Amino acid sequence: MNANVWVLTFADAFSIATTLILATIGAILTERSGVINLGVEGILLMGAVTAFLVGDATGNVWLALLLPVAVGAAMALIHATLSITLRANQIVAGLALVIFGNGLSQFIGKPVEGKTRPVVITPIDLGPLTDLPIVGPIIFGHDPITYLTWVGAVACSLYLNRTRPGLILRATGDAPATVDAQGVSVARVRFVHTIIGGALMGLAGGWFMLARGTAWSQAATTNGIGWIALALVVFASWRPLRAIAGAVLFGFTLQVPFTLQGQQINILPPEIVQMLPYLATLFVLVMLSTPRARKLLGAPKMLGQPFVRDER
Amino acid sequence: MSNASSEAALGSHRLGGATLFALSARHVTKRFPGVLANDHVDFDLLPGEVHTLLGENGAGKSTLASVLCGLYKPDEGAVLRNGTQIRLTSPRHGLQNGIAMVHQHFRLVDRFSVAENVVLGHRNLPFRLRTNDLENQVAEVAERFGLPLDPKASVGDLSAGQRQRVEIVKALYQGAEILLLDEPTALLAPPEVEKLFETVRAMTQAGKSVVFVSHKLGEVVDISDRVTVMRDGRVTGSVARGEADTRKLAELMVGRDIDLSPRRSRVAAQDTLLHLDNVGLTRDGVDHISQVSFSVRAGEIVGIAGVSGNGQRELAEIVAGLQAPTSGEILINGARVNGIGIRNVRKAGLAYVPEDRLGTGLAPSLSIVDNLVLTRKRGFFVDRKAALDEAEAFIKQLEIKTPHAHTATRKLSGGNSQKVLLAREIFAAGDNSRVLVVCSPTRGLDVGAVEAVHKLLDEARAAGKAILLISEDLDEVLTLADRVMVLYRGSVVHEALGSEVDVELVGLAMAGLS
Repeated sequence: MNANVWVLTFADAFSIATTLILATIGAILTERSGVINLGVEGILLMGAVTAFLVGDATGNVWLALLLPVAVGAAMALIHATLSITLRANQIVAGLALVIFGNGLSQFIGKPVEGKTRPVVITPIDLGPLTDLPIVGPIIFGHDPITYLTWVGAVACSLYLNRTRPGLILRATGDAPATVDAQGVSVARVRFVHTIIGGALMGLAGGWFMLARGTAWSQAATTNGIGWIALALVVFASWRPLRAIAGAVLFGFTLQVPFTLQGQQINILPPEIVQMLPYLATLFVLVMLSTPRARKLLGAPKMLGQPFVRDER
Repeated sequence: MSNASSEAALGSHRLGGATLFALSARHVTKRFPGVLANDHVDFDLLPGEVHTLLGENGAGKSTLASVLCGLYKPDEGAVLRNGTQIRLTSPRHGLQNGIAMVHQHFRLVDRFSVAENVVLGHRNLPFRLRTNDLENQVAEVAERFGLPLDPKASVGDLSAGQRQRVEIVKALYQGAEILLLDEPTALLAPPEVEKLFETVRAMTQAGKSVVFVSHKLGEVVDISDRVTVMRDGRVTGSVARGEADTRKLAELMVGRDIDLSPRRSRVAAQDTLLHLDNVGLTRDGVDHISQVSFSVRAGEIVGIAGVSGNGQRELAEIVAGLQAPTSGEILINGARVNGIGIRNVRKAGLAYVPEDRLGTGLAPSLSIVDNLVLTRKRGFFVDRKAALDEAEAFIKQLEIKTPHAHTATRKLSGGNSQKVLLAREIFAAGDNSRVLVVCSPTRGLDVGAVEAVHKLLDEARAAGKAILLISEDLDEVLTLADRVMVLYRGSVVHEALGSEVDVELVGLAMAGLS
């Protein structure tokens, strides 16, 4: 086994991490406002199929990235309406969104099933930097969205901790009544951030299709990455910078078995890796179900709780 | 009180024929489903004044305060600021007019620092926050009004008194001229109350006005320049400092003379119904209860006094069968009941009114009817009609204030939910349950409700129940108990007849100095 394989593994890990970061940041923004959106996987699938179809129809890679953003936002709008306006159970609404996204993407993706991807998002050439040994391919061999994602995660961290709207966002997840008493609309803060979060998840799905997918083959396309993003939110204690580190780690974990398999080394059966998203989901739900664990992890205090102003 | 007399009462404040009130309410009316919370209420606040809104729970004082700060819109009437009518649409709008309310339950973000909490929601905050600058600003405001606070401290780590200071600083930081404090002393220890009063004086000296919303008679007399009393949604009187004494205020508050004089058993002591013999509870090597022996006879109340945390809860739980004692015996009606489980203890004749009336005593989201039949022991089917009739009879008999019998108990006030619980444990249980364990039955209740609860317990005693009253409120124990015992670190350290109690000795025993 040569060193080159490992360089590629790392490069791939960073690349998977981009999807994870986008989806995780989306989920962090959503959850910081107090809304839990378990529909990430469904939004990713819809983002992926949208990117494929738009790319297939127009041949324009940027349009193929832009429309998934809109689709993600629209799906998040459904979730926001259900859980904020109608005060539905957010866990159930989120799961419904997954099933919806799964079914709809399968349906509208039927004509292109098995087709190879129509457009590819290409890495930008950073000249001599890209040619550097080892770090070149790992760090400087990516496409613009990857770099934007890293910058975006840092910007998100600054937004949360250093700005007025960020302060209000954090307060909304922890103490909506306080925010309400200050004359700020809790519903508005929650709607805005759930929708922005959904847009990021849509982008994550679209980008994943164009940068990493080969062919559209419905559920196998995203392979449970949405669930892992949800686990990452908990792992990162709802902090964007930690999400970057976690995403790289998870990306590596997801990639290594395939590298090993390619090298004819079968330490870990790939089935185990395929189980990972669902184990991660179980982990999240268990962690979020006991008040003590929630407190310990630093979950937004009112996560998943609809806000009702109490009039007597 | 009519308009004319309220103006007369304020005559002394008139300057040159015209008074400019900082804030006034004129004929404010506010309705909620089934309740007329404010009925043509007039209220006037002078600049630099401390004005208390006094009334029992449900009298409408919090509603009025909420109207004044912009949280509720009045159905009728007007709010005037400096003589000009304002139509407040939200608390934020109230704040723009210099009016802020500090709620009884603090509206703070635990995980935020003091500074973050204070600046949260300030409209003119820059997009980018510079933590140091904000902390300095907050510290400066806090210092100006003598409110010591560390702007960097996490609010989750602060005491109730400190949190209240954060709320006050928050209001002042946002430019409040009028501060409405809703039950500000409810969560405070006596030294913290004194500290709050100092702050209030500092604020009025700076020309700000303070409205105290309270149901505690004693303390309002000390701090207020004027007390306005409300009852059943109406103003019943407005009294200036000097004219106010607690008797008069209590009468205005309740509308009749309040009888809080001692009540003793009027029947001769009968047979022993509850007997504890050398009962002890040791857990994790700690003696929570040690060697407690006493008996309660039919027709008497035995009161257990003591400072909170000296084994009261454990004792109550042992007697009620929630915990088994590790030593000793408990007898109900002569039968040994230790460790037989709550269900069997209740079968043996015990009724239990826990301290946590809404969480443990009642099912908060169930109706009054359902709560009353909840502990019924016989039968598979529930006769809804009979249950409703019974509930309505109790509502009438005990004067439980509720829209109807199907109202969820969590929507009732503390006093009314306690009445429902007592009705179930005293009357609905019937003659099979003759032993009653009651824990802090009047905690958090207003004067009128306290009187009603005491009356109920007195009636239960007269009806031949054996009552064990465990309360941290010494006055309550002294008012009701035929025999008084003091619990200190799990042991009975003092015992006296109710009619012969030496209050000083009891106080010393409670402090462990006997």
